[in-house]
Amino acid sequence: MNEDKIVCRCEDITLKELRDIIADGYTRLDEIKRALRLGMGPCQGDICLEIAAREICRMTDKKMEDIKMPSKRPPVAGIKMSELVGDNQNEK
Amino acid sequence: MKNKAEIVIIGGGVIGASIAYSLADKGMKDIVVLEKNYIASGSTGSCGAGIRQQWGTKMNCILSKKSMEIFENLNEILKVKRNIELKQGGYLLLAYSEKEFKQFKENIKLQNSIGIPSQLLTVKEAKEIVPQLNGEGIKGATYCPTDGHINPFRVNQAYVEAARRKKVQFYTYTSAQDIITQNNEIKSVVTDRGVIETNKVVNAAGGFSKEVSLMAGIDIPTKSERHQILVTEQVNPILKPMVMSFSYNIYCQQIPDGSFVMGYGDPDEQYSHNIKSSWQFLEEMAKKATYLLPFLKDIRVIRQWAGLYNITPDAQPILDASDELKGFFMAVGFSGHGFMIAPFTGVLMAEMILGEKLSMDIKLDLKRFEHDRLILEPSVV
Repeated sequence: MNEDKIVCRCEDITLKELRDIIADGYTRLDEIKRALRLGMGPCQGDICLEIAAREICRMTDKKMEDIKMPSKRPPVAGIKMSELVGDNQNEK
Repeated sequence: MKNKAEIVIIGGGVIGASIAYSLADKGMKDIVVLEKNYIASGSTGSCGAGIRQQWGTKMNCILSKKSMEIFENLNEILKVKRNIELKQGGYLLLAYSEKEFKQFKENIKLQNSIGIPSQLLTVKEAKEIVPQLNGEGIKGATYCPTDGHINPFRVNQAYVEAARRKKVQFYTYTSAQDIITQNNEIKSVVTDRGVIETNKVVNAAGGFSKEVSLMAGIDIPTKSERHQILVTEQVNPILKPMVMSFSYNIYCQQIPDGSFVMGYGDPDEQYSHNIKSSWQFLEEMAKKATYLLPFLKDIRVIRQWAGLYNITPDAQPILDASDELKGFFMAVGFSGHGFMIAPFTGVLMAEMILGEKLSMDIKLDLKRFEHDRLILEPSVV
């Protein structure tokens, strides 16, 4: 597969970067998230965490059911600072 | 797992990793680090990523200045593999009262006396550095151009990787459960994966420093407190320095990837190990940040988290060897600024553990809390 493919669209992380970090011994999603910022963007890993989990299984002896998903943190979706302070007259 | 070690370091955060690296660099063998979760899973990985030298006590100034010198050369020292994202955009500290500004003047004198290149600024000069700043109510500011940001995960991992190359053994997902002593000497550390015989233990347990000390029968005056942070979406670079105010208890910085990281210290926060996020923080933080930097209104918050400050009564760390228990060392109570002084803390602790003369005159002993000779750090958020 073309290793220049982007696996995390929010943080522009390629498949090669992901495979390199797993090869360096980062074999848990929480570790990979912190090493690469994978899943730290606006979507919080909706696309990339599944891909990363599959890559871990492919490169190690782990199975999908062994892979722990990192915490989803609030807010669920991006929210403008102006909305948080109740100053959103211009927004519909 | 090994059943014997020269030393066991409890805590795989940046402090534990930095001490392990410095010890191995000085030639110590058989070093074990226990981390109950993964590397940077505690306070290191949840910190605000700021590094500053503008402090109000001599000890904090020396520790942060010497650490900055190491940060600036960390790529070469540790042969770092991934970008540690050092950004020296400065720290701009804002004074909102004459009293605060007076304290700032004292701080600058102290900082300059040991070579920290900080300076006093008028409001006009502060606005030249941050044109978008709301100048209302500001009496003056201080600025240090070499302060800034560095990636906490990458720094922690770089210390771990460099220490591993020097044969340090890191056991992640392994927690210390007890420290066995006899006649004021350490015999072993009990973990959930087995027992390790050792005569030396370092407490580098961050938010759990008190609990780890109590395993060895030693009580220390540290308390843990939740501090919350949020991060925004990434936008083009518009804010050069970290902007910080002690009166408003906030800090805000645009990190190299373009997002803004900001935090606020809640004065009503209770001591606990709670690291849950709250919606109240989002509202309060947004109010304070958009007041200070109105352009933030149009930027989206994408994530929030929290971590623990491990606080001492004077907001300075305890870097000491126990008088009561031979071989028990403490690098704890960093009070919210452990990450930024970790590099030099590692050097000092290694010197202390090996019985060498300390390369700087640092005295941050445990006994100071008994004798009521505290010098309070005034500059904490």
